[in-house]
Amino acid sequence: MNTTSPLLQCTDVRKAFPKPDGAELLVLEGMNLELREGQIVGLLGRSGSGKSTLLRLIAGLSEPSAGNLRYLGKPISGPAPGIAMVFQSFALFPWLTVFENVALGLEAQRMSRPEIRKRSLAAIDLIGLDGFESAYPRELSGGMRQRVGFARALVVHPNILLMDEPFSALDVLTAETLRTDFLDLWAEGRMPIKGVILVTHNIEEAVLMCDRVLVFGSNPGRILSEIKVALPQPRNRLDPSFRELVERIYVEMTARPAGGAPGRKENFPGLGIGSVLPHVSSNVLAGLMEAVAAPPFNGKADLPEIASDLTMEIDELFPVAETLQMLRFAELEGGDLKLTEDGLAFAHAALDERKRIFTRHLLTYVPLAAHVRRVLDERASHSARKSRFIDELEDFMAEEAAEQSLRAVVSWGRYAEAFAYDDENAMFSLENPT
Amino acid sequence: MKRFEPYVFLRDFASRWDVLAFIVVIGLVVFLGETSRGLFAPLTALEVTPISLDPSHLPEYAARTTFRMFAALALSLLFTLTYATWAAKSERAGKLLVPILDILQSVPILGFISITVVFFMSLAPGRVLGAEFAAVFAIFTSQAWNMAFSFYQSLRTIPIELSEAAESFRLSPWMRFWQLEVPFGMPALIWNMMMSMSGGWFFVVASESISVGHTTVALPGVGSYIALAIEQRNLTAIGWAIATMLIVILLYDQLLFRPLVAWVDRFRVEQEPGARVPDSWALTMMRRSRLIQGATLAFHTAVMFTSRAVKRRDQPLRQSSDKPRRSLDLLWVMLIVAAVVAGLWHIVVVLIQNTPLKEALQVCGLASLTMLRVFVLIAFASLVWVPIGVWVGMRPRAAQIVQPIAQFMAAFPANLLFPIAVYGIVRWKLNPDIYLSPLMILGTQWYILFNVIAGASSIPAEMRYVAENFRITGWLWWRKVALPAILPFYVTGAITASGGSWNAAIVAELATWGDTHIQARGLGSYIAEATNAGDFHRIVLGIGAMSLFVVVINRLFWRPLYYYAERKYRLT
Repeated sequence: MNTTSPLLQCTDVRKAFPKPDGAELLVLEGMNLELREGQIVGLLGRSGSGKSTLLRLIAGLSEPSAGNLRYLGKPISGPAPGIAMVFQSFALFPWLTVFENVALGLEAQRMSRPEIRKRSLAAIDLIGLDGFESAYPRELSGGMRQRVGFARALVVHPNILLMDEPFSALDVLTAETLRTDFLDLWAEGRMPIKGVILVTHNIEEAVLMCDRVLVFGSNPGRILSEIKVALPQPRNRLDPSFRELVERIYVEMTARPAGGAPGRKENFPGLGIGSVLPHVSSNVLAGLMEAVAAPPFNGKADLPEIASDLTMEIDELFPVAETLQMLRFAELEGGDLKLTEDGLAFAHAALDERKRIFTRHLLTYVPLAAHVRRVLDERASHSARKSRFIDELEDFMAEEAAEQSLRAVVSWGRYAEAFAYDDENAMFSLENPT
Repeated sequence: MKRFEPYVFLRDFASRWDVLAFIVVIGLVVFLGETSRGLFAPLTALEVTPISLDPSHLPEYAARTTFRMFAALALSLLFTLTYATWAAKSERAGKLLVPILDILQSVPILGFISITVVFFMSLAPGRVLGAEFAAVFAIFTSQAWNMAFSFYQSLRTIPIELSEAAESFRLSPWMRFWQLEVPFGMPALIWNMMMSMSGGWFFVVASESISVGHTTVALPGVGSYIALAIEQRNLTAIGWAIATMLIVILLYDQLLFRPLVAWVDRFRVEQEPGARVPDSWALTMMRRSRLIQGATLAFHTAVMFTSRAVKRRDQPLRQSSDKPRRSLDLLWVMLIVAAVVAGLWHIVVVLIQNTPLKEALQVCGLASLTMLRVFVLIAFASLVWVPIGVWVGMRPRAAQIVQPIAQFMAAFPANLLFPIAVYGIVRWKLNPDIYLSPLMILGTQWYILFNVIAGASSIPAEMRYVAENFRITGWLWWRKVALPAILPFYVTGAITASGGSWNAAIVAELATWGDTHIQARGLGSYIAEATNAGDFHRIVLGIGAMSLFVVVINRLFWRPLYYYAERKYRLT
């Protein structure tokens, strides 16, 4: 590794958003990151882990609450000329042609016309868009659109290329082609960039493309661990050492927070009414339990395996696995998902029995559900306004999180037939609709 | 293969530019000269060459009216691009500017004429120019508000990634405005411009033939022609006026709006290959004509050139310490308070002192009468147009035929039906309180039809198949399928129709045919009478009452209904 000064350096970066009640919502804390010449660094984590927030801080699109971001030794204030970004949804201007989209960044730099033309055409050539110059984005397929996104970023000759889940809006085949093309250009040194930061929630993509992977944890967003990927390019997904790295990252991502004493109880993170609940449908929960209960897993599944089996990305799989864990239908440890006895029983039961098991677990292990049920039981009218619970929850969490948690409880409560909810009047009740 | 060459115009740019500039400049000078010849003439000139009902004058009148309308449209555009941008960009200003726009929208447009004409006449005392200003301003007030609202809404809904892209590629604010914000708001803006033009016609009669108290000014134009035809009970002339309007509307629809709508299609952000691409023969012609290409190129170059001229100032991001901001906020609040107090003072001095309580109560009673009329009419129009709109909307070919007809009908001024209304009411001794009412909804009912058609044509085919599959027919089909699906669209249309009907009341509640005046009791006729009498206080009182009623009805009835329909019945 070379010893020159880093392209980018983040030290102790912290980002919090003010909440309406004056408190603040912490999204990033203690973020340290260094990007050196010739590196691709991956930021890997689930949605809500603050990885995109960090990318926007680096891009100069927002400002840290505390800490330091330095590009080439100078503090970042506002978008820096040497940093360009590729967006998840491409963010092309639909009213501009491919050429005009690419040229836009140079126009903004007020470069001379012939120079703009030369450089834009070169970038279009490089990225394989030759012949599409006068097309409008709507005429292009997703893959071609993202190529425009790349050309637009490369044309300004940035030192650092920021990529915000650039392949996640594409289908599997297109994404793979684009990744390979990008890695080829990078390996041959044909792109005018010195370093890359890639945000992704796809573990294989991170291992395939990056030299270093920073694994992010949530609430608040922070770096859990840093994993070096020393495999030579081009990498092979079926290579055992590749699989091993993927497995290792899964383990990192399912690791319990440090400091927890070992023991059965600790496998289930403590829950109060104040924890934010993920909105996972009971169908998906049942589906995952069935899949894990069935052969070849027979009750215990390796996460990378079941993820590829069900073609789910970690962003989709983890919330489901964690919800099962919270409901005590499964344990999550060391990259494995293991069903509990009740989990297995649920998987093999018929609908009525399933509902009985689910109700028991819901009211025992989800304090918010138990709370709603208790309030309804205690009231003579057996009904309560939704706003009553929202107000309670907002003592613990942001408004959106409160809405989301209550939505989750409504959907589980309806499945379990533990209580009813009428959206029109925003009322909880114990009665079934007539 | 021919290599793609951007900026190909650089090579022969100069020569083409010369030719183009020559044509454009000379053409503009001639047009302006022609239409503004009489502007600086003294007002008495209008008396020397009064409006003539001879149809041979109609082309000239039509040209002048069209010119006025486009001048007003240009003003509206200017207003939109500045006011809406300011409201959207500055949180502080937006807090005040948006409600102001909302109120302005509900102030009866015709009321503006009587109030403002005095001011404009005094700008160019004794000259036609002042009256022209007043007329253009009156038309402007019927066009600007909805355009500004649509652009404001567009600015607030720019996709976050697009705006981040603009920021991260360091576009200057000027460049960002022309390259991102204006194009993004364009589709909605064009649509609203079309609506505005239709709305403008409705008030052309009132704005060209201005009479306040004893002063009457008739500017040469189609509106004055109609006014004179009504005064002289000349049915043939009314026929000529209708024909002229039809031709003018057809012309600008085909030559201007159709091409614009087709052209603006590329500005839509949803990037799926469009299901239906609007087509326009005029656009095809323009695209192939080098002249028009040159004009767009010139505009493009201007944008690029100014973009280069205006530098991006790199300023540090907003600091979180808001000390200076807070004091600015305080200043702002104080300014607003001062303005409100001053406004209140004027209202108190002008109105309360000069208005006995009895008069105020009477105005409220009249407003209630007009309100009753508006609601009953909307209900009637809905009963008629909802079934028809659904029928048409589910048949794309029928929709293609009906849409332009409805568009023309929306521009049809109520005054043109005065002869029939007055004749009928006098002949059969009908009650004007009831039989004048339909005139109020003459131009505005079409908004219900437009929107219902749009709603019905957006019902997913699958939903219709399901209904067929389960043999859901008759009343059940209407109740469970069609009505819920079109409800959000219908409510939007009904809101527009209701607002428009209030405005139209000023024209429709007092019908004149020659020297026969027929009057329905209501706020509209109250304002019309006050205007004719030049009674400033009663005009202000009437307009104030109408604005208040419209705003309150919107807030208490239409807006909740709109949100309810959006939340529950919007098909996504």
